Amino acid sequence: MRTCVVGAGSIGSLYAAHLATVTDVLVLTRREEHARVLNEEGLRVTGRHDFTARVTAAADPRDLPDFELGIVATKATGVESAAESLTGRFPGATIMTVQNGLGAEEIVGRHGDWPLVSGVTFMSGTKHSDTHVEYILDTPTWIGPYRETPFARVQEIAALLVDSGLKAEALPDLRPAQWSKLIFNATVNGVAALTGLNHDPHFAAEREPSDLGHLVHDLVDEGKRVAAAAGVELHDDPWEMNVLATKRGSAHYPSMLEDVDARRPTEVELINGALVREAERCGVEAPLHTALYRLVKAREASYS
Amino acid sequence: MKVCVVGCGAVGSLFAANLAQLDDVEVWAYDLAQDHVDAVNRDGLHLSGAGDLVGRLRATSDPAELPECDFGIVATKAMHTGPAVAAVTGALSNASVASVQNGIGNEETIAGHVQRVIRGTTFPAGKLLAPGHVQWDVKGDTTLGPFEGSPAPMEDVELLADACTRAGMPTHAVADARGPQWRKVIFNASTNPVGALTGLTHGRVCEDPELRRLVSELVNEGKAVATAQGIELDADPEELIDHAARPEVAYDHKASMLQDVEARRPTEIDYLNGGIARFGDEHGVPTPMNRAIWALVKGLERSW
Repeated sequence: MRTCVVGAGSIGSLYAAHLATVTDVLVLTRREEHARVLNEEGLRVTGRHDFTARVTAAADPRDLPDFELGIVATKATGVESAAESLTGRFPGATIMTVQNGLGAEEIVGRHGDWPLVSGVTFMSGTKHSDTHVEYILDTPTWIGPYRETPFARVQEIAALLVDSGLKAEALPDLRPAQWSKLIFNATVNGVAALTGLNHDPHFAAEREPSDLGHLVHDLVDEGKRVAAAAGVELHDDPWEMNVLATKRGSAHYPSMLEDVDARRPTEVELINGALVREAERCGVEAPLHTALYRLVKAREASYS
Repeated sequence: MKVCVVGCGAVGSLFAANLAQLDDVEVWAYDLAQDHVDAVNRDGLHLSGAGDLVGRLRATSDPAELPECDFGIVATKAMHTGPAVAAVTGALSNASVASVQNGIGNEETIAGHVQRVIRGTTFPAGKLLAPGHVQWDVKGDTTLGPFEGSPAPMEDVELLADACTRAGMPTHAVADARGPQWRKVIFNASTNPVGALTGLTHGRVCEDPELRRLVSELVNEGKAVATAQGIELDADPEELIDHAARPEVAYDHKASMLQDVEARRPTEIDYLNGGIARFGDEHGVPTPMNRAIWALVKGLERSW
């Protein structure tokens, strides 16, 4: 069994290092230099686990042998070019996506006819260097079949992830979990990017009329109406996910805020944009999410 | 007549320096910035730009120095109205007191301290260049009318309007001053926070069709709240917004709220979108978009 992780940010690095303890792991990086140091030094995990794994890394897919499982772990903004680089290769592979939002599977599917597996992950890590990732939250990855992919294949992948020391679960229908996270991310990431607030207790405060929790609650309720119209029964209540996350003590620095602070393109298209397009498709109003989407897009436009 | 300008920042200085040109008006300015007060007492109050003049007046940061005045002109930022007027009630106990501030709710606050209140809206603008020196950016009209809840007599409104007009600040005395005020509030509430949240100038906000739609949603809620109170706007805020977006008008203008946000100063959001939301509640008009914008800007302030 050979696995290829495409994109070695914090999530990709966590998958690659853990899986390398049970299978051969290839890592496809964006930068030459990143591949070189991974080959030389391996990949170190600290935090919840502590070990160093050997991986085979390359920045050019032509340098990689065939593999059976590919995990696309880039940011949503990187899926297109990642999928492009796999085009015409690796015919025996099943490809799994773990991006925030919706639509990564469709993007990969446009570049080849690999069987696809949908994933959402709640684990988190901090990348300290190209070869060192700290494993912070050991919350699970949920995976499910996309279109015709047999559930048995999904179960095998979940078992592999569990063997490697990560938490994972195979679900016959991933959409309830995917949508819970979509609504959660659209709300929390959008509000964080615009206000500059980390995901802290302000997001759950509902005492004063101008408290942020009211808006967060309204956004979640609006998202739930879109999910209902799309025929999706949510796995978790995004408001409860929000309240729970703000009680963790150390406030999370949402990736969309990180992107805005660094004046980088954000994942807004596949997160907020996806939710707004689903609302349109299902014929329900989503004025607040539409406003959030427009404002974050405009914030990106202000970079130049 | 004796006039006390309460809050001698940019707008307060325009009134103070111009009124000081008149032989029949004795102008006093109350301001907490001691360096500004000292400069005004030493060298006079200089205006340059749209008009060049020096006003000779008495400034003080000590309310006990103020004589009993016939008129007050309150020109503080909206969040300072209460404390500022409370400090000078001794000098204003028999005065008719006008607000020329941004936002809604200032007259209500003033009426908590004095009996005769004038509702005012002013369009001239400027900025403080140095202590004792204000740049006059834009000329414009002022409208004054008795504040319904605790009205000044119409003859007082006319006296003050006449003095301002003679001093070079064209001012209309009207029976109902709510129309111009709500037009300006709706304009400010629908454009300033969008600039503040996105970092875009007024012109760039307006040329993005998606964002311009969000602006219109905010305008429409504001209009509905005005209508529910029986207020007839003196012109459509949409026209003012499109006019200001023209290259020769204010395309490149950074809204004052964006300037506040960049300098990490508290904004006037509570009196703009917050005011629209509050009056909407009182009159049973839903204002979800103004409420959302209010919460986002409050969140932004809380991130500092």
